[in-house]
Formats: sequence, structure tokens, C-alpha cells
Amino acid sequence: MKLIDAARVIRSKNAGPTQVTLDLMFDTREMYERALAAPSLKAAVIAQRFNVADAEIIPYPAANAIKIVLPRRIIAGTPGDTDVYGAQQHRPILDVEI
Amino acid sequence: MSAFASTIDAWKREKGPLRILSASGQLGYGIPEPAFRAGLARKPHLIGADMGSVDPGPYYLGAGQLATARRSSKRDLGLAITGAVRNRIPFILGTAGTGGGDPHLAGTMEIVREIARENDLHFRVATIRAEMPRDVVKAAVRARKVTSIGPIAALTEADVDGAARIVGQMGMEAFQRAIDLEPDIIIAGRACDTAIYATLPQRLGFPVGPALQMAKIIECASLCCEGGGRDAMLGTLEGESFVLESMNPNRRATPMSVAAHSLYEQADPLCVAEPEGVLYLADAKYEAVDERRVRVSGGRWEPATQFTVKIEGATRIGARAVLVAGSTDPVFIAKSQEIAASVEAMVRELVPPNPKRPYELFFRFYGLGVVGGQPVTTVPEEVGVLVECIAETEEEARAVAASAKQYLLHAPFPGRISTAGNLGFPFTPPEMTAGDAYRFSIYHIMQVDDLAPLFPVSIETIG
Repeated sequence: MKLIDAARVIRSKNAGPTQVTLDLMFDTREMYERALAAPSLKAAVIAQRFNVADAEIIPYPAANAIKIVLPRRIIAGTPGDTDVYGAQQHRPILDVEI
Repeated sequence: MSAFASTIDAWKREKGPLRILSASGQLGYGIPEPAFRAGLARKPHLIGADMGSVDPGPYYLGAGQLATARRSSKRDLGLAITGAVRNRIPFILGTAGTGGGDPHLAGTMEIVREIARENDLHFRVATIRAEMPRDVVKAAVRARKVTSIGPIAALTEADVDGAARIVGQMGMEAFQRAIDLEPDIIIAGRACDTAIYATLPQRLGFPVGPALQMAKIIECASLCCEGGGRDAMLGTLEGESFVLESMNPNRRATPMSVAAHSLYEQADPLCVAEPEGVLYLADAKYEAVDERRVRVSGGRWEPATQFTVKIEGATRIGARAVLVAGSTDPVFIAKSQEIAASVEAMVRELVPPNPKRPYELFFRFYGLGVVGGQPVTTVPEEVGVLVECIAETEEEARAVAASAKQYLLHAPFPGRISTAGNLGFPFTPPEMTAGDAYRFSIYHIMQVDDLAPLFPVSIETIG
């Protein structure tokens, strides 16, 4: 199953100008747990997919959600940036299999 | 007696829950009036609003400019201030003028005075400044008391000197000193959005954990409701718990929507660092009161043994000019990267860069994987073209953009069939200057022993 078909919300946004975070929200506890257990959503795999040094995966069961924290490749608004708010960095994760 | 003093006195006589109205999480982008009026009717003990953030990028902080249009800022501030002053309700505005630096504070205060004059209002305003003295930051750098947040270089004294402006995020401590001055309104520079709402509860002896937890949620107004929203949000602090209710009757806060809100723009949903301590949310509980109200509890506050201030700084890196165009030519689109490289070489010949400070030139072909930084799998039938130059002066940046326009328009390339021009322009001139360019040079945590000297407060009577 692809993440885009499993999650209700898949969004990205800066958490300050040096980091971008992805929020994955699921309708059910089962789907949340399935995603959390998926090898494709482990930190090292995600870091590779986004071409960054490291990723942090934070489970947030209160909202059946998973937060992923990534370092931004370019600090928000520095020349060469193409997404100052980081709101369009979710695409690479949409077709991840869980 | 000031609005703060009389509210504090009245609450001490009656005790009971404390009602706090969040008017806006982005003042200046439009406070929906019906919900705000509904909120006023609930007789809140405090009205708060947040006006700034680092989200819009380094320009506003560096240039001292407001991101919001002046007329929109005035409209929203007018609603909040007339609503507060006419009903004798204290009002706190945090991160005035987008960046929260001195020019942002001054620009916001100019609007506040205008509103007072035009509406014949009289009130006392406490202001809190948030620009960091460079000598204090440099001393902290030397003492190794400054650490990076995320992937940004370690701070140097040269960075501190080179920054156009440096602000620090004030916490509850600064707002407490402002309340001491007996104001009706507090207008603050760069501030933690939580402190806007948690300071009065702290003053009245409410437990800080739940107060900050409530502040963290209501600072975005009705965004914690299903489907989000900008409408005013009422938080009713009961002590160890609080109840959330949108002032738009069509917006529903549910346990899930409120819990999910803790994720928003936060690197860690379970832990929120403030200058004076840390708020832990791992034990948070969310219960439905009815179909559109939620009771929340469990926020735990741990005071810090070492105060810290988050500091933000922007450095001017030049002036910007941009070119906007598009292309539908399949050959041009397929070869766009190579064409751009040849055009860039031509431009650098025609407008020779200053070797001491060479300009930067970026070609972006929207449709070919610009925004997400990932290559696209199918070639689109048309692309957007954005050329950006950052040079030492606006004149130089414009000269580069104008040359890039002409050469990109007429660049020859193998297989070219559309020999009259490679680009479609939406308007003329298609190249335009975009003012000074900045970058974030400071986004760090600074350890401090005494918060008060960094955030000076003053009071003035208006009207």
C-alpha cells in the first residue's frame, strides 16, 4: 500500500529556517501502526530518499501521526532556495510503500 | 486603574476560570470580525494576538519591513484595540510588525497611535524591545554559550557584526515586567507566541504547564479545529485543565484535531522549549466536552536551571532582480539546462562580475523539478522560467536580469524551430528589481544569566 492511499494528511512545513518537518496523519490506529512499523519509513531510508544526512522519526500516537524531521538542504530564504516555507517538500514520500 | 491592574484585582476577588481570547495567529492578514465579536461577548480576561514569525523568510527581519499590508494591519489592530480598550480588557500583541525588531515595533506603534487618534481612544501602552545588543551576543559567542539550531554554522563574532538585525525571543519574564508598568495594552517585539497568553495566568498563580499548553494551542486561533480556520479562539483555563472553543459556531475542536495541532511547525510535538524552562506534552489528555469543545490537561512545566534565548539574525547579501517568463517549445524545454549554461556564460561576458563580490545568477525552469528538488519523470508541455540575480547593487542586478532576458529569448541551440524567440513574457518589463536580499545568518540558542536587560520595557500614554 502506498502512503498516499494510507494517510489522511501528508504535509511538510519548516520548523524554523533550518529544519523541515513532515507530518503523516492516519485515520485509524491500525494504519498508524502499520506505517510506523514499515521499513520504508525508518530514519535511514527516509534520509536517503530526501538526500539529506539524517532524519528523525517521532511517533505521535495521540493523533495517530508520525512526524519526520529533516535538515533543510538550504536555509529558508537563502539564495538557491525554492521553498521558503517548506510547504512543498512532501512529494518524495507520497509513493512510499508501507 | 489600568486594564491589567483592574482585571487582576477583579479576578482575585472572584477567582474561578480564566478566559483568554486569541484574536489572531497572524494579525494583519484579516481577523474575522463575527468570531472576534462573539469572543468579546464572552468577557475574556485577556485578548492576545501574534503578528510575526521567521516563516516569511529573512527579508522582513533584515529590512525592518512588515510582511502584512499597512491597511490590513491597521484594520486588524483597530478591531483588537477598540475591542479591548472600550471593554477595559487587557490586550497583548506579540512579535509586532512581522520581525519583532525596533523598526517593526516602531511601525506598529505608529499604527497604534493613528488608531487611538481616529477613534478618540486613551490608553497606556507598554512596549518591550527585542533587538539583541551585539556586544552581549559576541560575549556569549566568546564564552561558548551559543549553539546552532539545526544545520546552521556555529556563530562567529563576524556573523554578529555582519547581521543587519538580531532579535531574541522573549518569554513570560519580559511580559511580567511590562504588566508591572500598569498598561492597558502591551506591544512586544520578537516574542514566544506562548508567552503572550501564559503570562497573565502565571501572574495569577495558575499552574504554568497547562497555561503554556493552552497558549501553545490558542496562539494559532482556530487552526486547532477540524479543517483549521482563522477565527478567534477562546481558552478557558480551569487550573490543571482548560477548555477550547472556537468563536465561530461552525468550527469544531475535537480531541483529534487539537492533538494533531501539536505537530504544527514544531520539530518536537512532545517538548516545547521556552526561555525559562521546558513544557512537556507527553502526558497530554484530550477529552470532548461536547461536539465542538475539548478539555485538555497534562502539560508539565519544568523550570530551567539555565535561561536561554532563541536568537534570529538576517544579513544583507545584495540586491535582487528577477525575470518571469514561460516556454512551450519542446526543444527548448528539453535542452533548457544547457541553454541556461550558455546564456549565463554570455551574460557574464557582457556584464563582467566584480571579482571581489561576484553576482549570483539562478535559472529555474518550473515544471522540471524545481520546487521539490527531485527530477521529474515526464517532460511537461510548458515550463515557467524564473531567472534571479543577486548582485551588490540593484542597478547591477537589473543589468544582469535584462541581459539574461535578451539572451535567453534569442539563444540559438541545435534543432531550434521557433527562431523568433524562446520565451513568452506575461508583461513588460518582464525583469524587475525586488529590493534588498537577505539570508538568515543567525538561528541559535544563547545561554543567558539575566533575561531582563535583553528585553527593555517602557510605558507611554496615548491620547
